[in-house]
Amino acid sequence: MAKMTMVQAINLALMQEMEKDDGVMVLGEDVGKDGGVFRVTDNLMDKFGPERVMDTPLAESGIAGFSIGMALHGLKPVCEMQFSGFSYFAMHQLEAHAARLRGRSLGRFHVPMVLRAPYGGGVRALEHHSESREAYFAHTPGLKMVIPSTPRNARALLVSAIRDPDPVIFFEPKALYRAFREEVPEDEETLPIGKSRIAREGKDVTVISYGATLHSVMEAAEKLEEEDGVQVEVIDLLTISPLDDELFSESARRTGRVVVAHEAPRSFGAGAEVIARLVEKSFLYLEAPVRRVTGFDIVIPLYQREMDYLPGVNRVMQGVRETLDF
Amino acid sequence: MPRKDINLPYKIQYLSILDENGKLDKKLDPNLSEDLLMKLYRAMVLSRKFDERMLTLQRQGKIGTFAPIKGQEAQIGAVAVLEPDDWLVPSFREMAAELWRGKKMENILSLYAGYNEGGEIPEGFNNLPVSIPVGSQTLHAAGIAYAIRYRKQKQVAMTFFGDGATSEGDFHEAMNFAAVFQVPAIFICQNNHWAISVPRSHQTRSKTLAQKALAYEMPGIQVDGNDVLAVYAAAKEAVDRGRSGEGPTFIECVTYRMSVHTTADDPKKYRSEEEVEGWVKKDPITRFEKYLRDKNLMDDDQVKATEEEVSGEIKEAVGRWEDFIKKTPDPLSMFEHLLEELPPHVEQQREELKAEQAQRKGGK
Repeated sequence: MAKMTMVQAINLALMQEMEKDDGVMVLGEDVGKDGGVFRVTDNLMDKFGPERVMDTPLAESGIAGFSIGMALHGLKPVCEMQFSGFSYFAMHQLEAHAARLRGRSLGRFHVPMVLRAPYGGGVRALEHHSESREAYFAHTPGLKMVIPSTPRNARALLVSAIRDPDPVIFFEPKALYRAFREEVPEDEETLPIGKSRIAREGKDVTVISYGATLHSVMEAAEKLEEEDGVQVEVIDLLTISPLDDELFSESARRTGRVVVAHEAPRSFGAGAEVIARLVEKSFLYLEAPVRRVTGFDIVIPLYQREMDYLPGVNRVMQGVRETLDF
Repeated sequence: MPRKDINLPYKIQYLSILDENGKLDKKLDPNLSEDLLMKLYRAMVLSRKFDERMLTLQRQGKIGTFAPIKGQEAQIGAVAVLEPDDWLVPSFREMAAELWRGKKMENILSLYAGYNEGGEIPEGFNNLPVSIPVGSQTLHAAGIAYAIRYRKQKQVAMTFFGDGATSEGDFHEAMNFAAVFQVPAIFICQNNHWAISVPRSHQTRSKTLAQKALAYEMPGIQVDGNDVLAVYAAAKEAVDRGRSGEGPTFIECVTYRMSVHTTADDPKKYRSEEEVEGWVKKDPITRFEKYLRDKNLMDDDQVKATEEEVSGEIKEAVGRWEDFIKKTPDPLSMFEHLLEELPPHVEQQREELKAEQAQRKGGK
């Protein structure tokens, strides 16, 4: 076991999967010599050569469409969008083809590709470098959408994503890339896609979150225990689509009170789907309206104001208190 | 010197072997076997007749919208060079090429009659299904070809698209990726002069589409796209280049969409009858038939026999398709092949439809 940042843990997953399977390829802008602008793909080119770790021309749709082709011929491309804000160029390829080729060919072909992209705010970046648009991808039938929250689960989920027979969009919360270290086992570890986890146990209220916001939620939970004596249960979704509605429904039935927290805009976000499932499956157990603590329905501002935009610890605490006071 | 010419040693060639009167340029003759010549002829006639049959079925309301191929049958010359395990990456006007590569007519009918089942890929062939978003499929050919090169295989990936696609970003990205990584991809542009109502001259100011290859340092050639021998010869050169590791090729086939864009379109609104008439004289099948007659490979009886034979084949396929529809294919199949494993919430939605079906059957 070594203590790793999320960047190192993702790098470990890529390194080990490439060692294991010579069909695993890495491609994207600056992923080779430079090791990626966040160094996630550091040393891969030295180890596996430029044929498998490809610095591509600067064209996101090209990267996605080329990856689809590679996957059709039996490879397992892991392509990188340098920032999720540039992935919309690739959206068409993902929606029109990656998500549909299995169906269009009646199962004769499938597209086992992974599209990785750093997403989310909190690193004082330029415009187009901070948004959280996972809902676009989660809304597309035929795509899976995964968002890890710690180095260890990032590594394990990425290994699963690479081995998955279908296209997986893997959003990496860039605010967490180097935020903290965690023990990550050297030995192979996977986590099932489509399963969430209990990040913290509690009996009074359930907070459902994912990605970087999960850590604000965890901090808020500690404080609420200290200050109010409230025990907050925290669910970490890990996979946005297909959504695991079993675990959070079970939790909601126990606590009767739920808050959903994410940094993406509130309307039509992942939280809206979570709440819809709760209403469908656990309506009679709910003792208070489900509250959403989220980014606002505006374009995320430049970095002087991003901390006002992002749902931080205080806003989560307030949301939980209001839900408990109802 | 601060300002001087950069010498770019590029030229674009035009290739025509069989002129519109069926006269052969002997020096350029690709010397195909008689057997292959006859197969090409038969396949072109089959495509034409099937296209006509589809149009009738569409007008009768038996199938929905489709994109007729009439006039572009010489595309078969390009796929005739391929082996079954080579990749065909088509757009939506490659019915002739698809038939050559094993696609069943009844599946084509099913597809355009609105049944996903029609997407069945012919056994033993690496054919991608029809791709409708213009130009987007070209990237798949580039990626497939990269995988072929990486695995040190001898296959190639051949992609088709139209003149309109050369305005799309994906086309340029595909050309660029293919050239940068020197992959065995063949880009076949079916320049049929019309992207629905917009003429070729409004897609680009370039004198040829073939010259677009030059910007990517890729060999490019313009061929008479209604001349099946020229299409074959250019494709052969490109495929050989790809197999021997010398990278991609771009081929502009100058052809003409003699029919509508799709059955939902009326070309009288944007192009003249005279223009269409001019192209009737350049029909790919008429000239090829004349050539075969001159070569004594074909006579009136054989022409008639071929037509009867393909008509019979079409009739049988239509029969099989009608049988398929009579069996009322199960709508629940819409839930198949979304992902390898259907997620629980989608499984539940499938159950909802199933229950609705049962209710409909049982109740009023």
